[in-house]
Amino acid sequence: MSTPGDGQLVGRNASDLAASIANGEVSAVEVTQAHLDRIAATDGELHAFLYVAAEEALACAGEVDAARSRGDALGPLAGVPLALKDIFATRGMPTTCGSKILEGWWPPYDATVVSRLKAAGIVVLGKTNMDEFAMGSSTENSAFGPTCNPWDISRIPGGSSGGSAAAVAAEQAPLAVGTDTGGSIRQPAAVCGIVGVKPTYGGVSRYGLVAFSSSLDQGGPFARTVLDAALLHEAIAGYDPCDSTSIAGFAAPVALAAARRDVSGMRVGVVRELGGAGYEPEVEARFREAVAVLEELGAQVSEVSCPAFGFALPAYYLIAPSECSSNLARFDAMRFGLRVGGDHGEGASDVMSRTRGAGFGAEVKRRIMIGTYALSSGYYDAYYGQAQKVRTLISRDFSAAFEKVDVLLSPTTPTVAFPLGERVDDPTAMYATDLATVPANLAGVPALSMPCGLANGLPVGLQIMAPALADERMYRVAGALEAELDTRRGGPLRSGYEPGAGVPAS
Amino acid sequence: MSLTRQEVAHLARLSRLALSDDELDHLVPQLDVILASVARVAEAGTKEQMAEVPPTSHAVPMTNVFRADVLRPCLPRDEVLAAAPAVEDGRFRVPRILEEEG
Repeated sequence: MSTPGDGQLVGRNASDLAASIANGEVSAVEVTQAHLDRIAATDGELHAFLYVAAEEALACAGEVDAARSRGDALGPLAGVPLALKDIFATRGMPTTCGSKILEGWWPPYDATVVSRLKAAGIVVLGKTNMDEFAMGSSTENSAFGPTCNPWDISRIPGGSSGGSAAAVAAEQAPLAVGTDTGGSIRQPAAVCGIVGVKPTYGGVSRYGLVAFSSSLDQGGPFARTVLDAALLHEAIAGYDPCDSTSIAGFAAPVALAAARRDVSGMRVGVVRELGGAGYEPEVEARFREAVAVLEELGAQVSEVSCPAFGFALPAYYLIAPSECSSNLARFDAMRFGLRVGGDHGEGASDVMSRTRGAGFGAEVKRRIMIGTYALSSGYYDAYYGQAQKVRTLISRDFSAAFEKVDVLLSPTTPTVAFPLGERVDDPTAMYATDLATVPANLAGVPALSMPCGLANGLPVGLQIMAPALADERMYRVAGALEAELDTRRGGPLRSGYEPGAGVPAS
Repeated sequence: MSLTRQEVAHLARLSRLALSDDELDHLVPQLDVILASVARVAEAGTKEQMAEVPPTSHAVPMTNVFRADVLRPCLPRDEVLAAAPAVEDGRFRVPRILEEEG
């Protein structure tokens, strides 16, 4: 049970908390302590966190309070607590990537995203659970056990950034950072009923982000409101010379766009191929209702065809495993992480194989082997080469669509959160979760998921995609739609999670 | 197309993954289903159509990104070695890398 003051702090939006801290109504230490208490009260059941850094968080909050009393200028999110996906290297906190092979690894440096959070005065509460090496859509591939969905603890919170999404939905933190390679921010945001954004590829630095598929991986924000997501987006984005794919001179004005609340005259396209077979009727119904609301707000809605999107899923599940089979070669048991054997004269190659056999989970092994197969001579042209060509076709579809419309819309996921355990041993059923999210990664364009209602008591996500470098367009649409939906609903969508309440009867 | 157990065992060796017999039993049908499903990329266009499509390896059109060659401090050696599985004389201690001659 939380103390009286806490109830007024947890559950509040990030921008609101930052304003209260800045004007001295409340201290950053009090805000941080309230969220640490909430984590202590709820995480035994939810398991959103792999590591809670209470001491470091309170020290960081104390520095923000000291800076304020000195009269220093504070950033727009200074003193606000945040949950960080355990894929980002953190000095002074372990980084496991949800894997036994990195269990107990304390990185000697901070990822650029982490340095930016610190510079902004944002307080990192700890590291959140995830599918091992970000491979999965449910957090069930974490070596340390799954996270529960705060809306229904018998269901998945999505993945791979499921811990980050659950933490925000359960009000353990107002903000979180995740990574999105094929939907790993947008899909958990959708099934947890919050906002999640994959920025334009190259917008957020990948330095210190443990690499899964380097041409697709992108860090991005989670929040309970579009404006909070935009403020966090601005805090973590920006050019980084340590990432060769970082885009110089690019800063999308997303917070301004989120607050604009006007979509009149915007051309909005519904993607014909991201719907129909495989999509739950209730999910499609909530999606269509949200599109109708946008039309009432003055947007010009049309249907757009992107025929190559039908091949995005198989192309993604060749390209991502191919890149992962190469990237994960660094886990060789030599310089950091787990080592199995080697004390009795075994060779390095043996030690490497035994370590990887013992340290990687089933999904990581599957993907490394699929990637190794797709890249091997004799199969390369038919698999990896063909997938790269499909990638070109998908980019061409996006370019053609953005000639006609400003943004593209689809449901974020084909279904609402499914029960834990349902797909864990059926890889292709798990992969189908990413049906609508992978095209944006393959083309490098930005995409956002926001809640657009409930289906049988579970959240449904609306996806908004924009052209590369035009991230502000999706925030403009999302901000306007959120304001209208909140007005009609009489308030924001909330999980209402309380520990020990059990599974809702439905 | 159907993957054999021998092929999967070979893939595991190429991937430097020591797998148990149980794991192999489980993986053979799973990898087979996955490969059959991703093979659908072949249907994206006719051979003639696809011959004219260039491959995309990367979404951002950038090549040869350089930065200024400036000296920067490296990571502290003690901290790096503290994360290593085995250390000797201030260096990484690694298993034998050459096979012994019989």
